This record gives sequence, structure tokens and C-alpha cells, in this order.
Amino acid sequence: MNIRVADIGASSVGRIDIADVSISLGEGDHAFEAVRGLGFAIAPGEFVCILGPSGCGKSTLLGALAGHLPVTAGRLTVDGQKIQGPSPDRGVVFQQHTLFPWKRVRDNVAFGPKMRGLARRERDRAADAILKLVGLSGFEAFYPAQLSGGMQQRVEIARVLINQPRVLLMDEPFSALDAQTRGMMQEVLLDIWSKIPTTTVFVTHDIDEALFLADRIVVMSARPGRVIEDIALPFARPRDHELVTEPEFVRLKRHVMQLLRRPEGSEPLARLSPLGVPS
Amino acid sequence: MASTVGARPANVRWAIRSLSILACIAAWQVAATYHLNLGVVTFRNVPPPVEVVQSALTLFRSPKLAAHITSSLWRVFAGYGAAVVIGVILGFAIGRSRAASDLLLPPLELLRPIPAVAWIPLSILIFRSSELSMIYITFIGALFPIVLNTVHGVANVDRRLVASARSLGAGELAILTEVVLPDAAPSIVTGLAIGMGTSWFCLVTAEMISGQFGIGYYTWEAYTLQNYADIIVGMLIIGLLGMGSSWLLTTAGRLLMPWRSPKVAR
Repeated sequence: MNIRVADIGASSVGRIDIADVSISLGEGDHAFEAVRGLGFAIAPGEFVCILGPSGCGKSTLLGALAGHLPVTAGRLTVDGQKIQGPSPDRGVVFQQHTLFPWKRVRDNVAFGPKMRGLARRERDRAADAILKLVGLSGFEAFYPAQLSGGMQQRVEIARVLINQPRVLLMDEPFSALDAQTRGMMQEVLLDIWSKIPTTTVFVTHDIDEALFLADRIVVMSARPGRVIEDIALPFARPRDHELVTEPEFVRLKRHVMQLLRRPEGSEPLARLSPLGVPS
Repeated sequence: MASTVGARPANVRWAIRSLSILACIAAWQVAATYHLNLGVVTFRNVPPPVEVVQSALTLFRSPKLAAHITSSLWRVFAGYGAAVVIGVILGFAIGRSRAASDLLLPPLELLRPIPAVAWIPLSILIFRSSELSMIYITFIGALFPIVLNTVHGVANVDRRLVASARSLGAGELAILTEVVLPDAAPSIVTGLAIGMGTSWFCLVTAEMISGQFGIGYYTWEAYTLQNYADIIVGMLIIGLLGMGSSWLLTTAGRLLMPWRSPKVAR
């Protein structure tokens, strides 16, 4: 059932097809359509940012890709298989970390392998190796509460990538960090992604972040969210933050800002979560 | 913070605290020796602390002490232990499943307002031995705080953590043991601590009514035999046993939940 990436060869897995997908949230009188008629495909290994105003349903789409929310219409597939519930094949990183406070860093990262039934020695070795990759060697025995926000998100990324997922789904993972840490984490993420090329869907409302990270940006409208533009980014890799001052970057940024301009006098909507309407 | 303006050094504060206790004992000594009579309350039959210490020493030398304490400890162990097992299982079922909650919660809610000591007459009628009826009282006293706190902890588990565990490949059983149990643990331990307190309270009451041994029985027997100093010895031992068991609980809680220690949680 769960075919691991290593068995197939990294270049051919992780294709996402989103075909005419609509998702409704809420119950009874409070029900509303979060996204409507979304349709696009993501190629294996591609880094796609979904950009849109707060409450536009981009996190809702991510929740559906993760298998935490059902679609009301349309079809969501990864490598041709319909998404039915959560799976370690589709790793999720949330805005606020979801590390288990009672587990040390190593045991948090080794959670996926433990669920697969790996023996302690093997899973610890795997966890230590991936912690080294995300730059957290020496913190294996710490508890999550003892780490900074940036380090917690690194552990979160390591804990997801240890499962060798087909796709990596990230819901504004750095938006709770301070500006300096956020910039550093963007570079860390690109570095990890260059070493473990995984199809990545990264939800954000930060235009700079999207332009800096992605191969491609899917811009969504306000609720109900629909795709208003699909932009392929021409910037070469590896990237560093010098990029943000280049004329082409600035031109694209101005263009996207134009797309996302809110109508005069309208209020921003409440944020949605990949788990549905926040209770 | 200890560094507030005008704060006294730690040893001075300890001296004041010790003096406070000594002053209370001294006041008791004076009130008891002079048979102080304040109208509503009289110290005429209250033995002075010196006599209490003498009685305590006599009791500590006699073999009766061990018999009283072991029978009380055994009853608490049995009644409270049963309440822990049944309470945590019920709490998990009610907190996790709507069907179990609809089925089990109504009768529990009906019985909950009845204080455990009100069960004493009925339990003497139901159980064939007074031993079992006392264990039952101890059990029923601890059960409700344990069930309710477990339900609270289990029902309020962080759903983001559960979702995250599912995305990492956890099945239903692993969700229970790896996420729900540790996330609810602080609340469960609170229930265990409250339950321990009510458990001792109920046991002592039950022993006074139907015991033949046990520290509650000892205290009541001292009253009926007019060994007034022994009453206070009994009271102090009950206090010490309660204190010891709650210390055991908090220590176990600390060892089992190292991530909650102040050094970790900032």
C-alpha cells in the first residue's frame, strides 16, 4: 500500500491533480463555500506557493490535500490515487508547531518510523540523521518547549520528511516567527528542499515569501477562493535574499500586489485552518 | 520573586514560620493546662501537647500501631486503586465516544451529588463484610473526581496534535496511547490528587462507624474509652498518612511528566 519514495525514484512521484474542486465548511446556517471550482496540477518535485488574502480558503485546500477535510465536489489525487484521509505520504507542517510536548526532539522526529514499526535503534539513527540535515544536531534530547520558534519548525519539518512523503504541505509555517528568523527559515527550507526534492505546496499570504521560495505561484481570490492567476517564476536556484531587490522580483511583486488589492472599505476575513472552521 | 523591595533573607523567614508553629503549640499548652473556657468552646477535656507526645510514644512502642495503619492503608489501596482503574477507563470512554457518554454519564451525574459518606448505611446493607463496605466507601469517594477530571482531560485534547499524529501514520490505538493519554495526563493527575484526599476522608469516616481496626477506628475508640490524648494522636497520624500519599502522587506525577517541570516549561 504505502510505497516509499526510495522504491520508485524521486523524480516520478508527488504529482498532484486538483480537478474542479469545491469545499464547503461549517454546518447548517453557518455553512459556506470556502473554495470553488479549483483546477490545476502540480508536477513532481515542484515548489508551489498558494497566495491569497486571509480567509480565501488556501489553508482549506491544504487541509483537503492532507486528508483532514473532505471535498464537496471535484477530485483530488496524488499520483493518480484519490485522497482518502490523512497519510504519512502527505506530510503537513502547521502555522503553530504541533510537536508533542511530552516527547523529546528525537522521539518527536522518530514518531513516523515508530508508527511504521521500526525498532528503536533504527528509528533513532534515522531521526538523528535528519536532525543533522535541518541543523539541529545537539538538540536531540531537548523538549520542544526548550527550543525557539524557528527550531521548533525545523523539528516539525524533520518529523515530516523522515517519512519520505510524496508531497510536503505547509500552512504558513513561518508566519508566527519574527522577520529575521523567518528570512533564515526560508533559506533553511530551500536548502533542505534542494537535498530532499519533494513536491511542496506552501500556503502563505506574504508576497515576498512566495516569490522568494516558489517555482510557481497560484494566486487565489477572496472567498469563495478561486484561482485568479498562475505565475511561473523565472528566478534561478540556489537563491539568497539578494533576490528581493532584483528588478524582475520587484516587478512581479508589484503585479501580485495589484492582483490582491482589497476593494476599498472591505474588511479582511477571519483565517481558516486546514482542520476546518476554527472552533 | 524573592528580590522585591524589603524582602527578608530566607533564614529569617524560616525562623518566623517556625515561631508561628511554636506559638500555636504554646497557646494550646496554656489553654489546656488552665482549662480555658470560652463559653461556646471549652478546653476542659483537651489534653495538653505534652500528654499527646507521651501517648504517641506509647502507641509507637505498641504493636497495635502497625495493625491500625496497615488495615487503613490496605483499604485505601484497594478502594482507591479500584477507583483509579475504573475511573480512568470510564473517563476515557466518556471523553472519547459520544455513545459511551450518552450511556454512562446520566447515571453517574445522578449519583455524583450524593456525598460518599451518605453511602455508609446502604453500603453496610449491601456488602456482606464491613471490610468490603469500607473499601466501597473509599472507592466511591475517589471515583467521581477521577472520572470527571479524566473526561475533562480527554475531551479537551488538542485536535491539532491528533490531526498531526494521523498525518504521521498513527492509528486509533496509537492516537490513544501516544497523544490522548499524555495530553490528558496533567488533568488525570489532578483528579487522582483530589480523589486521594476524598478517599482518606471517606475511609476515616467509614472506620469510625464500622471498623474494628484502622486509624479512624483508633481515633473513635479513643473517644469512647476517654483516652483523650489518643484522639489527637489519631488525628495527627491521619494527617500524616494523607500528606504522605499526596506527596507520593505529586512525586509520581513529576517523574512521569518530566516535560511539565519548570525547567522545561517556560
